[in-house]
Order: sequence, then structure tokens, then C-alpha cells
Amino acid sequence: MEFELTEEQMDIKNAAREFAEKEFTSELGRKYDENYEFPWELYRKAAKLGFIGGDLPEEYGGQRLGCIESCLVNEEFNRVDSTCASLLSGVGFAALIPKFGTEEQKKKYIPRICKGEIVCGMALTEPNHGSDAGMVGLDTTAVKDGDEWVINGAKTFITCGAEAEFIMVCCQTDPKAQPPYRGVTMIIVEKGTPGFDTNSLKPKMGWRGAPQAELSFDNVRVPLSNLLGQENRGFHQIMSYFDFSRIPIAAGAVGIAQGAFERALKYSTQREQFFQPIANFQITQWKIAEMATKTETARLLVHKAAWLIENKPDKLRLITRHAAMAKAYAARVAKEVTDEALQIHSGVGYVDSDIERFYRDARINDIIEGTGEIQRYIVAREFYREIGFSI
Amino acid sequence: MDTIVCVKHVPETAEAEIAVDSSGKGIKTEDLVFDINEWDDYAIEEAVLMKEKLGGSVTVITMGPEDADKTLRKCLAKGADKAIRLTDKAFERSDAYATAKILHKAIKDLPFNLILTGTQASDDGYAQVGVILAELLGIPHATMVKKIESKEEFVRVNRELEGGLEQVMEVKLPAMLAVQTGINEPRYVSIMGIRKAREKELKVLGLGDLGLKEEEVGESGSWITMEEMFIPPVEKEAEILTGGPDEIAAKIVETLKARGLV
Repeated sequence: MEFELTEEQMDIKNAAREFAEKEFTSELGRKYDENYEFPWELYRKAAKLGFIGGDLPEEYGGQRLGCIESCLVNEEFNRVDSTCASLLSGVGFAALIPKFGTEEQKKKYIPRICKGEIVCGMALTEPNHGSDAGMVGLDTTAVKDGDEWVINGAKTFITCGAEAEFIMVCCQTDPKAQPPYRGVTMIIVEKGTPGFDTNSLKPKMGWRGAPQAELSFDNVRVPLSNLLGQENRGFHQIMSYFDFSRIPIAAGAVGIAQGAFERALKYSTQREQFFQPIANFQITQWKIAEMATKTETARLLVHKAAWLIENKPDKLRLITRHAAMAKAYAARVAKEVTDEALQIHSGVGYVDSDIERFYRDARINDIIEGTGEIQRYIVAREFYREIGFSI
Repeated sequence: MDTIVCVKHVPETAEAEIAVDSSGKGIKTEDLVFDINEWDDYAIEEAVLMKEKLGGSVTVITMGPEDADKTLRKCLAKGADKAIRLTDKAFERSDAYATAKILHKAIKDLPFNLILTGTQASDDGYAQVGVILAELLGIPHATMVKKIESKEEFVRVNRELEGGLEQVMEVKLPAMLAVQTGINEPRYVSIMGIRKAREKELKVLGLGDLGLKEEEVGESGSWITMEEMFIPPVEKEAEILTGGPDEIAAKIVETLKARGLV
């Protein structure tokens, strides 16, 4: 049993930490938060150093980082500043392109992402469909007309929807398919295509460095060659990547918890009440112990899930279960630890502080990339399946 | 330009809680984070910038424990081509002179035009190793360097003096320059750099490899022996001034004048 990172992993973790500690500041975090602004400048700097699109292949400018390395970067960035760290949200699902895209699509988009020139987005969620998108089917449709797809419908909560150079849109292409997800196709729609419009979602509780938008498609016409992967296989394509993508998200949640914990630990030694630092009170000590233990437990689960992806790639069910457990647990821990950190800071934390931002930013982790409820359903489903019971 | 950069793996002490260890001659390091000496980070950046502009190579060298590989790998990731670590039980407790002797043995047969070091190390603050090394090699040196302009046979350097003065001088190559912070803007380590660093050579040499004898290094090979390390006691004397702002200001001026401080 090994509980140590390799030298290279250690170096990557240190490099991410050093970059974030020197470049991310509370002032910047607050600015992005107040303005609902994607951290473009940090994004470009991070891209130059290879932190963007880390899991993309080298021949297109990526670093082909493993899942553990991606987790280390996500954790370190979020630990330093949860809002600045949202620079990592500009490339969600870009990895679907090297995985399923044509050579032309790879050459067109991936190098520009790796250089930090553009961001992209993936659109599955609709006003009426989120968790049930696969089971119930999508309202957004795409039909073939000559050598074009014609897309109609609406999407919502799309991360970097307005900033993205292109969106991988999930469309119902076969409305009769049973189950409906067998009729879902991913189609690339570029910014500025006539009939495609975006509207930023405000106000938003937190995670405002990753602006979210609703998208509308009114007879949007794109070439048939904008098909990403296979027709009617879009849902499978997304699901095949969720197991990987959920783990770094969970690592980000661990980072938020770690950052909030460190701030609370330090603050408790500085804040005096009853003529002594509040760290002297047993109630504070218990809080600190609980926060640290939860954070470390979540980290272990995240690292185990990442380790499975790297070392047991054929154990798909085990990976799915661990990814879901890690995501659900880390998201919960991030909520609980930021809550307790805010309590330790009390009034000082409630007003214009890093902690109140961390608290708001943490909340998204239990919602994006499958809600906590869906993660728990997946975990339970996998266990029931093992004993031959279908839920 | 072939450059050798001498670096040191030092504990980060700025915000840490420092305690003297049981020997009374060092500090407890187990809870401290080690990294490249701040001044050396500027030295390695300067060497890599010169390599990028003029070609040539950068070799980074350190004397230290195995853990110092972290600092060497960082330098390799930033663009150095080769790394050498000088490690031996006998090297421990070397002063600046003994350290310079060890570095001298490792460097004297390597091809180089320039040796760069940081102006000082943040842990022992000797600011001597580079200068003694230059003497042992019989080459000219300049310290507190804040600008380097490379010519064919020499370098033109700006030295930072007290009182905001700068001195410009030409130093014949090969030479040793001890650089000051602020000479450049050290780059971050990139993932690409870390990947490349894995394929670069990191050589480890000990006492025997350098042809040194035990009595030439460590405490016995040093000119200076450390007697004791301690944390200065906190001064107890404090005077709290009372009164209105004008009154307090007048009292402060009075006190400072009385002690000849203004």
C-alpha cells in the first residue's frame, strides 16, 4: 500500500500551489465574484504553464495528465482561492473532442484551448430536464435538412455558455428512441451562429467566476460535419466521461474545504474572546478536528477514485461507484467545512471575506456534474446490482 | 554561454515558528517546508534567460541532502539542462570555505563561461560561498549584481550599492557573479517543464568522487565553527506613552533625540 505521491506528482502539486499562491489574490477573487467575470487573464497564464486542458493529448498541445494529477491541480487552485480557481471550468468536457471527434475537429479546437485562447462548453441541462435528461428525453431537437442540422430548443445553467467559442449541444435526434437517451446526439454549435443566443444567469449564489448562461436555439443551422462522435450515441459519450470528470470536481471541493479549514485554523489563534484566543476553547478544537478529519477522508476517497481510473481502467463499475462516492462525499464535506469555517469567523466571516465566498462557491459542487442525489442513486444502484436486485 | 548555477535548498522561515534543535547548533526542520533559496531562484532565471538568448547550457549544482533533489528538479523544470547534487555525511557542518572547496572540486573540470550564485542564502546568510569559490578557481567575481549584459569576452554588470547607487563594471570571462533579487522575474514551473525534467541528468557525487578527504570538509575542514544558535530573548523594556496625539508625538521625538536616533 502506497500513500505517497510520486516525485512528478509532487512537483505538479507544488507548481500548481506556487502559481496559485502568487497569482490568485482575495482582491481578484472578489472582483471576479462581484462582476460575474470569467478569470481570462489567469486562464491564459495557467494555459501557458500547461494547467489548462491537462487531460488533453500532447499532439494537440495538451499535457495528457492523469486523473490524479488533474485532481492535484484542482485541489491546489481551489485551496488558494475558490473563485479564481473557476478558471478551470472553461474547458469542461473538451476531452470529448479528442475522444470522439474527427481529426478536423481536434485540430480546429484543441490547440486553441490548450493555448488559453478560447473556452468551450457542454450543454445537456434544459429548463425542464436535468437529472432525468436521459430517461425522459430532451426538448432540444436537431433534424437533418440537406447537408445541415437544424437545431431548436433551449438549454440552461451552461457553464461559460456566453464565453464559449463553441458548445457541444445535446440534442434529441430520434424522438422515438426507447429509452430516449438512445436518441441523443452531440452537435457542435459555434459562437455567433445565426439563431443561437445566450443570456447570462444573474443573480447567482456563488461560483461566479464560472458564469452560467441559458442558451436558445431558433432554427440554428450547422453543417452535418458538426456532429460530435456518433449519431444517437451522445448520451453514452457524456456518461463515459462523467466518471473521469467528476473526480477532479470532487478534488476541487476538497480544495475549498482545505482552504476554508486553513483560514479558520489561523483565525482561531488570532481572535480573542474572554481574554484568550478562541483556539483555547474545546468547542473550537472539536470543530477544527472534525473539519480536518472530514477533509482528509474526502481527499482519500478522491485519490482512491483517481487511482482506480489510472490503475484499474477496466474495472468500470468500481470506478463509477467510487467516482460517485467521492463526488457526493467531497461536495458534502465542502459544504460542512466552509459552514463551520464561517461559524469560527462569525461576523468577520459573514461580511466581505474569503470565507463567505468559499461558503457560496462550495455549494455548486453538490449540484454540477450530477447532483448529490444522483451520485447517491448511482452508488446504491451499483450495490443493489451486485446482489442481483434492480432499483 | 555555458553557465553553472550554484543553488541551495533552504527552509522557508519567514512565517514559520522556529525552534533550536537538541544540538543547539541548528533549527528543528521537520515541520518546515524547503524550497530553492530565493536569491538562487533569480540566478537560475538569469542563466536560463541567457541560454534562451545566446544558446549554450545551464548546469545546476547544490550541496545538500537527498531532499535537495526537489530544488534541483525545480531548476531542471525551469530550463536547466543538467543537475549535480553533492551529498556526503562528511559535508555536514561545512562553513562557507569548506562548502566552496567542495563546490570547487565539482566545478573545476567542467566547461563554463560563467558561474552564478545568489547573493546570499536565506538560512545562514553567509554571502561568502560564491566569492571564495571564485578565488579557488582563480576567476574574477562581482556581487550584488542586478543587471548582466553579455559581451564576447566579458560581461558588463550593474552592482547595487548602498544609498541607491549603482556601479557598472566589466568582468572578464570566465567569472563568478552573485545576483541580487529583482534582477529578473523568475518564471513559474510549468507542467511541460516538469515533464522534460524527468529526462534530464541528475548526478550525485560524494566525498570520494570529488577526490576530497574527510578532514578537508565538514567541521574539520572549516575555518569557522559554530558555537551556538539561539533565539534572542524578547526585550522586556516597553514604555507606553499617554496623552493627546500632539503630546505623544512630542514625547516620541524627545525620546528619539535623547538616544541619538534622529
